[in-house]
Amino acid sequence: MTLHRRTLLVGASCALPLGTMPLSAAHAATEVNLYTTREAGLIQPLLERFSATTGIKVNTVFMSAGLAERVAAEGARSPADVLMTVDAGSLVDLDRKGLTQPLNSKIVDAAVPSALRAPASNWVPLSLRARVILVSNERVPDTAMTYEQLADVRWKGRVCLRSGNHPYNTALFGAMLVKHGPVVTEAYLADLKRNLARKPAGGDREVARDIMAGICDVGLSNSYYVGLMLSGAGGSEQKRWGQAVRVIMPTFDDGAGTHVNVSGAAVARHAPHAANAIRLIEFLLSPEAQKVYAEANFEFPLLPDVPLHPAIAHLGKLRVDTVGMADMAAHRAAASMMVDRVGFDQ
Amino acid sequence: MFAAAAVPAALMLAPVLGLVVLAFQGTGEIWRHLAAYVLPDALRQTAMLLSGTAAVAALAGIGAAWLVTSFDFPGRKWLEWALLLPLAMPTYIVAYAYADVLHPIGPVQTGLRMLLGIDEVRGLVFPDIRSMPGCILVMGFALYPYVYISTRAALLMQSAEAIEAARGLGASGSVLIRRVVLPIASPAIGVGLGLVMMEALADIGASEFLGVRTLTVAVYVTWTTRGSVEGAAQIALAILALTFVLLAVERAMARHRDQGAGERAPLRRSLTGAMAALATIGCTLPMAVGFAVPTLHLLVNAAIRIAEFGFPAQLGNWTWNSLRLATLATATTLCAGFLIAFCQRHLGSPASTLLLRVSALGYALPGTVLAVGLLGPMAWFDEAMAIALDHVGRIAVPALSGSAAALVLAYSLRFLAIPANTLESAYRSIPSTVDDAARGLGAPDRVLAGRIHLPLLSPAAAASALMVLIECMKELPATLLLRPLNVETLATAIYGEASRGTYEEGAVAALAIVAVGLIPVVILVRGFKLKADGRRRSRWRRDRAEA
Repeated sequence: MTLHRRTLLVGASCALPLGTMPLSAAHAATEVNLYTTREAGLIQPLLERFSATTGIKVNTVFMSAGLAERVAAEGARSPADVLMTVDAGSLVDLDRKGLTQPLNSKIVDAAVPSALRAPASNWVPLSLRARVILVSNERVPDTAMTYEQLADVRWKGRVCLRSGNHPYNTALFGAMLVKHGPVVTEAYLADLKRNLARKPAGGDREVARDIMAGICDVGLSNSYYVGLMLSGAGGSEQKRWGQAVRVIMPTFDDGAGTHVNVSGAAVARHAPHAANAIRLIEFLLSPEAQKVYAEANFEFPLLPDVPLHPAIAHLGKLRVDTVGMADMAAHRAAASMMVDRVGFDQ
Repeated sequence: MFAAAAVPAALMLAPVLGLVVLAFQGTGEIWRHLAAYVLPDALRQTAMLLSGTAAVAALAGIGAAWLVTSFDFPGRKWLEWALLLPLAMPTYIVAYAYADVLHPIGPVQTGLRMLLGIDEVRGLVFPDIRSMPGCILVMGFALYPYVYISTRAALLMQSAEAIEAARGLGASGSVLIRRVVLPIASPAIGVGLGLVMMEALADIGASEFLGVRTLTVAVYVTWTTRGSVEGAAQIALAILALTFVLLAVERAMARHRDQGAGERAPLRRSLTGAMAALATIGCTLPMAVGFAVPTLHLLVNAAIRIAEFGFPAQLGNWTWNSLRLATLATATTLCAGFLIAFCQRHLGSPASTLLLRVSALGYALPGTVLAVGLLGPMAWFDEAMAIALDHVGRIAVPALSGSAAALVLAYSLRFLAIPANTLESAYRSIPSTVDDAARGLGAPDRVLAGRIHLPLLSPAAAASALMVLIECMKELPATLLLRPLNVETLATAIYGEASRGTYEEGAVAALAIVAVGLIPVVILVRGFKLKADGRRRSRWRRDRAEA
């Protein structure tokens, strides 16, 4: 008897907390469901403003790897409306796996420069980040450099990088592959590996910190990290790291422009609220939202008239390299295998 | 009973099946590349990391467990539970913290340079934490509690007579440890070390950050960067098969180590002077390295954050989500683990042994891989339910995919190995004559399990419940991938902060995991203490009655 009562009690108390959890995705007409690999906190102010102006509630789930796999598994029953990611490669993958639908919007077409839209693609970029070179303020006088020069013997034992297989790096190496072909690119990677001061590890900000500590003199970082450090948003200690480095906006040897990657979004193939999805994407491309991208996230906005955050304004106007996003993404896997072949991370 | 125990084991095969389906979609072409350039080094690094981490964890865990159960020394009482604290820290947070603390411009090296009068940052030669030895130390000290907790439970349950008799015969120090203590505790040590090595194998965050490229990192990079989820599934399955074989071998070797349980814990000897100081230091060190130092670092950062921005508004919500998901999963996991261990005790057949082995699979799978494996089967289940219910008459049915139930399922599968193995090893300390006596008196299985086994197993059950609860609270990759819309837990909040700015911004949430983790630790330790005291008291009464 007591045993049964206890079993019941345990059973009931176990079921209770589950009952108050949202069990399935919301399907109300005034909602939109967002799957994102972009950290939700970063775009939260934008989503709140969207809800305030349109009355559409945004339900979000932030994940890191596996967004495409989850949407694919959920199939026609998937509650996802908008798929948002931080790397052009993953946006291209979403299209390739048939997880998106065409985005028909005059507002979007007008807002996005055609050079930044891959032909026949369903996804749109929302913001830009440049892969910049950081050099020591004290020990390196240079103010201009190319990506190719990082492999010069001059920098032997003086370069710090995160894993060569990180998507930010494979995207850059993929673009290099498009420009120079496999032989030159693999030789470049071997030379770059020789130049490393330490094993590839950590993230982009560790590059600035290691330069400050004198472990190395030069490295690569995404541009928004510079803003994050210099603005003091990451704390006073990181401000010192940011001040220890000088930022160079590099180009490739051909001088065409700086390597950029994008954050972007697409409407999910089986979106239950496709109209709301389009409204959200249109909103994210509005001047009001683009300003937030620049101010809160230190990114380069897509709209030319939106000002940069003061912390990265000194980087000057961004001239985007000519290798297309789709082309770069298509060469990413090959670049990653070259990274393996030269033992870059070992 | 076998059928009931087979259910969790069968569910365990769901993510494996999901991975097999993924693996068969691939051509296997990528293997030539992986075999030539990736896997040899990944294998070597994995072997080094696992053996190194196991060595550090064994030294710290067994040593501490032996000291706190065998001796009295200053601080023993609080160290006994404080030694569990590193359990509450996500390993990758420990790695991040040490990367900060030990960096050339961090507090340790800056302080050392000041002491030594070195002006140049490069003037001090200090090993880099971002290396294999650094990763081994971080993981060894973050994970030793698995060895400590099971070894301590085994030593508390062991026959005091064996140790006291050995002491009476003049054995002491190393002889006592080598010939008596270690053999008695070896099944428990084996379980603890198994958990440590599987944790280290499944880790991605700490290894990747510290520049160690294990097989699991290879799986992850193959999936995310080399663009082959099929190839990733293939490597993951190969790792799984390897783990399965290794576990079977370990178990085959451990089979004959059964030991009888004692009636009471051994008496502790008081240490004085230098020996007492050494014991205190020996127990404080692992706790300090695995917990106190990274926590202090987080505290400083959290204090700065709170002073500037106050407490995160959502902290209560995150904690509540973490707690309820973890509690549910712990209850489920413990029940399933007990069923499987009881089944093995009762039948001891190859079939029940197989259940036990299968139940450990989830622990050897990295969280993301398990989650990706589960996506397919959960969608098939939803599809089947929809079709079935369509026949009955269109009842709107909440999907399993993207639900809280999916998370509970994932946690349970991931951590089933903990209670199943801990309870199975604890069972070996209960003589089979106990079962025979109960059966002889006509007790059915239910009574045998509920009234006799459970009370005897309660220290081990409580210990494994604690481990599962904290593991669930810390669990990150499966939570990220499978969680419902708008559900944030402490672990995902920390990760969100870490991926947005700096991980220090997640310090408040990380400390919340530690604080919530402390509650079960305290309950557990108090439970242990009362039980041991109760046993002692009843023996004392019996002795008096006999006199």
